[in-house]
Amino acid sequence: MDTLYSIFVEPFRQIAEAPLFFFEVLIGGLAAGVMYALVALGFVLIFKASGVFNFAQGAMVLFAALFFVGFIDLGLPIWLSLIITVMVMVALAFAIERVVLRPLVNQAPIILFMATIGITFFLDGFGQTIWGSDVRRLDIGIPEDPIFIGDMLLNSFDLFAAAVCGVLVAGLALFFQYTPTGRALRAVADDHQAALTVGIPLNVIWTIVWTVAGLVGLVAGVLWGAKLGVQFNLALIALKALPVLILGGFTSVPGAIVGGLIIGGGEKVAEVYWGPVIGGAIEDWFAYMLAMVFLLFRPEGLFGEKIIERV
Amino acid sequence: MNEVLATSPGTQTAVARKRDIGEVLLQVDNISLRFGGVQALAQVSFDIRKGEIRAIIGPNGAGKSSMLNVINGFYQPQEGSLIWKGRRLRKMRPHFAAKEGIARTFQNIALFKGMSTLDNIMTGRILKMRASFLEQAFYLGRARREELENRAFVERIIDFLEIQHIRHVPVGKLPYGLQKRVELARALAMEPELLLLDEPMAGMNLEEKEDMVRFILDVNEEYGTTIALIEHDMSVVMDISDRVVVLDYGRVLADGTPDEVRNDPAVIEAYLGVQHD
Amino acid sequence: MIYRETGQFRTSYAADQAIFPIRQDRIGIAVILLIAFVVIPATASQYWLETIMLPFLIYGLAAVGLNLLTGYAGQLSLGTGGFMATGAFAAYKLATAFPELHIVVVLLLAGLITAGVGILFGLPSLRIKGFYLAVATLAAQFFLLWLYNRVPWFTNYSASGVISAPPRAIFGEVYVTGFEAKPLAKYFFVLSAVALLALLAKNMVRLKIGRAWMAIRDMDIAAEIIGIRPLTTKLSAFAISSFYCGIAGALWAFAYTGSVEALAFDINVSFRVLFMIIIGGLGSILGSFLGAGFIVLLPIFLNNALLSLGLAEAVALASHIEFMIMGALIIFFLIVEPHGLNRLWQIGKEKLRRWPFPY
Ligand SMILES: Nc1ncnc2c1ncn2[C@@H]1O[C@H](COP(=O)(O)OP(=O)(O)O)[C@@H](O)[C@H]1O
Ligand SMILES: [Mg+2]
Repeated sequence: MDTLYSIFVEPFRQIAEAPLFFFEVLIGGLAAGVMYALVALGFVLIFKASGVFNFAQGAMVLFAALFFVGFIDLGLPIWLSLIITVMVMVALAFAIERVVLRPLVNQAPIILFMATIGITFFLDGFGQTIWGSDVRRLDIGIPEDPIFIGDMLLNSFDLFAAAVCGVLVAGLALFFQYTPTGRALRAVADDHQAALTVGIPLNVIWTIVWTVAGLVGLVAGVLWGAKLGVQFNLALIALKALPVLILGGFTSVPGAIVGGLIIGGGEKVAEVYWGPVIGGAIEDWFAYMLAMVFLLFRPEGLFGEKIIERV
Repeated sequence: MNEVLATSPGTQTAVARKRDIGEVLLQVDNISLRFGGVQALAQVSFDIRKGEIRAIIGPNGAGKSSMLNVINGFYQPQEGSLIWKGRRLRKMRPHFAAKEGIARTFQNIALFKGMSTLDNIMTGRILKMRASFLEQAFYLGRARREELENRAFVERIIDFLEIQHIRHVPVGKLPYGLQKRVELARALAMEPELLLLDEPMAGMNLEEKEDMVRFILDVNEEYGTTIALIEHDMSVVMDISDRVVVLDYGRVLADGTPDEVRNDPAVIEAYLGVQHD
Repeated sequence: MIYRETGQFRTSYAADQAIFPIRQDRIGIAVILLIAFVVIPATASQYWLETIMLPFLIYGLAAVGLNLLTGYAGQLSLGTGGFMATGAFAAYKLATAFPELHIVVVLLLAGLITAGVGILFGLPSLRIKGFYLAVATLAAQFFLLWLYNRVPWFTNYSASGVISAPPRAIFGEVYVTGFEAKPLAKYFFVLSAVALLALLAKNMVRLKIGRAWMAIRDMDIAAEIIGIRPLTTKLSAFAISSFYCGIAGALWAFAYTGSVEALAFDINVSFRVLFMIIIGGLGSILGSFLGAGFIVLLPIFLNNALLSLGLAEAVALASHIEFMIMGALIIFFLIVEPHGLNRLWQIGKEKLRRWPFPY
């Protein structure tokens, strides 16, 4: 009885009693959700353009962050570290296209998926072999002061991250809408045959999307790293982008954002209000369970279309 | 497109063979099927009688494959129903269809690529096997007996279709024509009462086609299996089928014996008129 | 007469449908069993038995389990660690709650409980496939680990969250778990369990249930139309696979480490077992063991290599390099030999059979 009460009544009573606190929690969660969305965005870009489910997106986040903070710790200025890291990510995209994707073209999606798990391990190992596995602080001067909006206590870092995410999404939207390369990419996403008529070889397109995804990963890595320190854990946190994708659908950029917000907000609220009742740290699995239950009812995701298979 | 409908008089004699055509086995009653905005089937009704070879023809996209998918319960129509052996079914399900002896082959080969020819055909016997997984794990009792009995049954099909030499070859490695034959073998392993063949001769060379025609006729004659056949090669259709139903844009355009259909003005119009692929 | 392999003909289906229809395979299996049951116990040091053979056998069993699900039934799972943990904790709860229960019964029941959990997490497989399903299995991994880590009941309220296997004996006095257990006894116990289960798996995959799994894997629509029920077939794969993984987890906790915490079965274990079946060969029982041997030996080999290079403090470095090599190998095998070490073994066998006539 007590348990039932503390699960079904008490949390709502608390919410009703202190709505302000609830909103603070929710917004804190949404801020984390923005960062999940950033990782998910990288997935979506690659999936749309090449049909590859890139499990390594999280590893790319860690990889980029490791290199960035590594160069800074070597004493390079931030801007130079950034440029070098960008170059590293471009080189990585080239290498992945050449070494992994090209030989596996036309393989079953599941094989490519497993190959990206291989990439994940390689990148995790490689990054740490070079830079070690100690937690590194990344301070690039993002403000972290608490600020009040009305009566609500918010973290300026979260707002900054949300703003960066917004700018990034807008930038990507413009890129896809107004540049020839972007339009070509969209054409490929809609129809792989169309790619041929656009006149850009498929492998160039793949390299470009992997580069873009790598750069999105870099942004996510810098933000996560500044918040939590750069460490191996980043790769695991980034895995949360997977349930985000399931919620949002694998091909939808708005889906990635909405999914990220739902997961981020949902898990924070669940942790704060329900966590203590059942043992705490439910953030570890909440997102995955939510996604799994969701899959049972709507396998195509929030924004995906229902497809009847043909025979 | 004219010559499509013409058959040489020489091959016509094949139709004259004796065949017992019995009562209605399956009645397709007023079936309509939509995919979003696409009307794949519109109020389609026809019947299939025991023992006959029933052809379904029509241009690409006419809804022929969709019709077979409705018959074995893979697609659920929005309207209409199926009457199977006199029983009106509320809903056809693939598992029920398989149990009732409706087997099929696919327009695009749908074999189990990672398995050998023998194993592919053996899957067709799965519904005939009863052994529990424990019996299988220990290969005891029923599991062993069933395995050997069904292997013997499958070997008869292998002999019948003349594919002994590829028994242990993974089907992914077989040429196209043989894959089609293995698919037929898998369907036959189900001891079907109604066999649905979706373009069994598409993409075959003349010799392979002749073999396939011979197999289809043999199945029909020796085992009395009822056959619904989608085929684009009109000479084959006119030769071997007892009755033909013509679909166009998801509607029944004509239904009758090959001769009736051939001379139907609507059919001629459809085939001579604008092509819509 | 049924043509089978170069120079071997069979005159009955019974012979052709036997578990090892080819003579070379029968000899091969006999040799493997001889080595495992006689040569290794007679020659191997305690170190070899305890730190190499036991984890190899147990990982091999888990790999067989995952291979049934992923290699045969085509359902990718990243939840192996969670299922192994389930087996370990179920066995622990059973053994401590019912001290008089025989250890074999404990293991079987732990396997059955894990099978039930596997079915639960396999339910989404009816509606989703491929990497969608992989994500759903991550839910199993994270949720189950959290459960055993956070809910004190599972550890009998141990403060550290660590469970220790109680001593249990077979044949009256031969201890196979707990501190009194001798390495050789544990080795024979684990080896017998693993050998038997591998044999049963081999039978299943070549009979009806295995064909149904492979049919679903290769072309689920056609399978359904033949009369194979997708849900029961997939769930049976989840159940039996989890049964194997559960027993592997229980053996890990009881016979190998003696005491574990939930985190010993973290997501890296899931990946590790997945890598075993990719490297060893998807859809191959023997390959599961080849892959397990490879992945178990790799870090030991690396450590020794680094040590001999004078990098004595390089434990962390070795694990990073191990990650790199595993990742690279996965990609390599997927590109070059998707059928894994097992295929290389087959080719080797072929060569051997034809020797000395190379044609
Ligand atoms: N699973 C499906 N989803 C969407 N549309 C479909 C599906 N199956 C068939 N269709 C559509 O239904 C129509 C009929 O297709 P089909 O039955 O394959 O024709 P046919 O076999 O006569 O060539 C086509 O327009 C096709 O695009
Ligand atoms: Mg068709």
